Amino acid sequence: MLIRIAKPSDVKPSEITPKSLYLDRRRFLKTAAVAGATVVFGSIAAPAPAAVRGPKLPGVVPSKWSEQSLGEKLTDFDAITKYNNFYEFGTDKDDPSRNAGAFKTRPWSIAVEGAVEKPGTYDLEDFIKSHTLEERVYRLRCVEAWSMVVPWVGIPLASVIKRFGPTGDAKYVAFETLLDPKQMPGQRRPVLKWPYKEGLRIDEAMNPLAILAVGLYGEAMPNQNGAPIRLVTPWKYGFKSIKSIVRMRFQADEPPTSWNVAAPREYGFYSNVNPTVDHPRWSQAKERRIGEFLKRPTLMFNGYADEVAHLYAGMDMRKNY
Amino acid sequence: MTRETAIRWVAKPIIFTSALLPLVWLAWVVTTSDLGPKGPLGANPIEYVNRHLGDWAIRFLLMALAVTPLRGITGWATLTRFRRMLGLFAFFYVCLHMSSYVGFDQFFDWRAIWKDIVKRNYITVGMLTFLMLLPLAVTSTKGMVKRLGGQRWTKLHKLVYPAGIAACFHFYMMRKGIQLEPIVYAAICAALLGYRVVAHLKKKAAQAAAAENRGKAGAPAS
Repeated sequence: MLIRIAKPSDVKPSEITPKSLYLDRRRFLKTAAVAGATVVFGSIAAPAPAAVRGPKLPGVVPSKWSEQSLGEKLTDFDAITKYNNFYEFGTDKDDPSRNAGAFKTRPWSIAVEGAVEKPGTYDLEDFIKSHTLEERVYRLRCVEAWSMVVPWVGIPLASVIKRFGPTGDAKYVAFETLLDPKQMPGQRRPVLKWPYKEGLRIDEAMNPLAILAVGLYGEAMPNQNGAPIRLVTPWKYGFKSIKSIVRMRFQADEPPTSWNVAAPREYGFYSNVNPTVDHPRWSQAKERRIGEFLKRPTLMFNGYADEVAHLYAGMDMRKNY
Repeated sequence: MTRETAIRWVAKPIIFTSALLPLVWLAWVVTTSDLGPKGPLGANPIEYVNRHLGDWAIRFLLMALAVTPLRGITGWATLTRFRRMLGLFAFFYVCLHMSSYVGFDQFFDWRAIWKDIVKRNYITVGMLTFLMLLPLAVTSTKGMVKRLGGQRWTKLHKLVYPAGIAACFHFYMMRKGIQLEPIVYAAICAALLGYRVVAHLKKKAAQAAAAENRGKAGAPAS
């Protein structure tokens, strides 16, 4: 019997490249070449790192706004998490997924102020815990004429508002994003007046479609999508759905909103999705669904007219864009 | 190797090939890579292609505009020999950028395109840039220089200055908010055109001084 004694110079079995990886080297070389060339010629630097999946959220229940009831295909997780407008982390679509990785979303508190019976500063967990997390599959229509279908996880904004007991003076609710240029590099540049501000009329906020989302695809909200908590109002252009919320204020007057302050001619307070009222610089009649080649027609109120059209009865949508 | 062969058979082919690389790279990626959100072009490959071509159009335009200032600063006259090629590559990428807008972005929806041109300021300005560059590309041959005559040709080709300004406006106007990238391009363009203004004023001042000197010396004014 031959007993083989290992020499120190021998290759250990653990050091042998597995065959699958070995065969993969072509693909590796190609990926590396594409990445290298992209750095040199690409308008956008290197491809973004692989999407990080968040922890699964427990106790999420389905709602009547499901993938089946919408009848449209969900947008790929990678697209939802790598193609973002979140200017606090940079203005390119892949900046948020690159720059928001280290963003600290715990501890997190939300200040509730103004015309409410129970004002105060609430820890995020306390803010959410008395509500059931629901899955809401909504279309998302960006003002830039592209769209997605996102399976959000969130809580109805109406039940949150009811809990704080708005008084008769609460005609509007104003929202504010965190202001922290140390963590949010985009806030070091004057792209907009920071912090980001948004607002809704109280009856809009009470509409069953409006939610505060804390996750997507059944998982905790990725930082680049507005963690830990963001607004989602699917009948309005995406920028109304303010991210990383730290303040909710109930008040009698219409609150200033960031894009309206930056360019009042282009972005109104209401900003409802409306294919018949164009953005001054581009048409809103059609949109490109991310993942599709041909544009599709944009629907009035992004397809949610049955649920929200009554909110704007008698209003001139050309003036109140 | 003479200086002439070096320019003609080494430098020019190198610049020509390099200038094609952004297109070759794009064609390679588009034909061989995953065009989904995990691929190198991201979730919106059509937007990527359009912007890539637009980026290179404005880059070549600014490179062509940089030749005169660089020659002035370095005194290296040979640089002028590459100016036509840079300008034509700018026009080449402008044409590709427009084709991708018409073919990919709008998918030949001519009604939507016409509405865009008359209504959207940044598309209008983009089209104006193309219209200003078109006669420059057409008259770029030696034969056309001769036919037009040097002076008229030079006058016509001053159109590249408003074209450069328009291209920067086009880029700035299509972005939302105040963004750094288009401002950087606009600043480079302003510096390149500003150099010419300063050079022109200096020349004028020198001429005036020379005329004054001649006047003092009692020479008849010309």
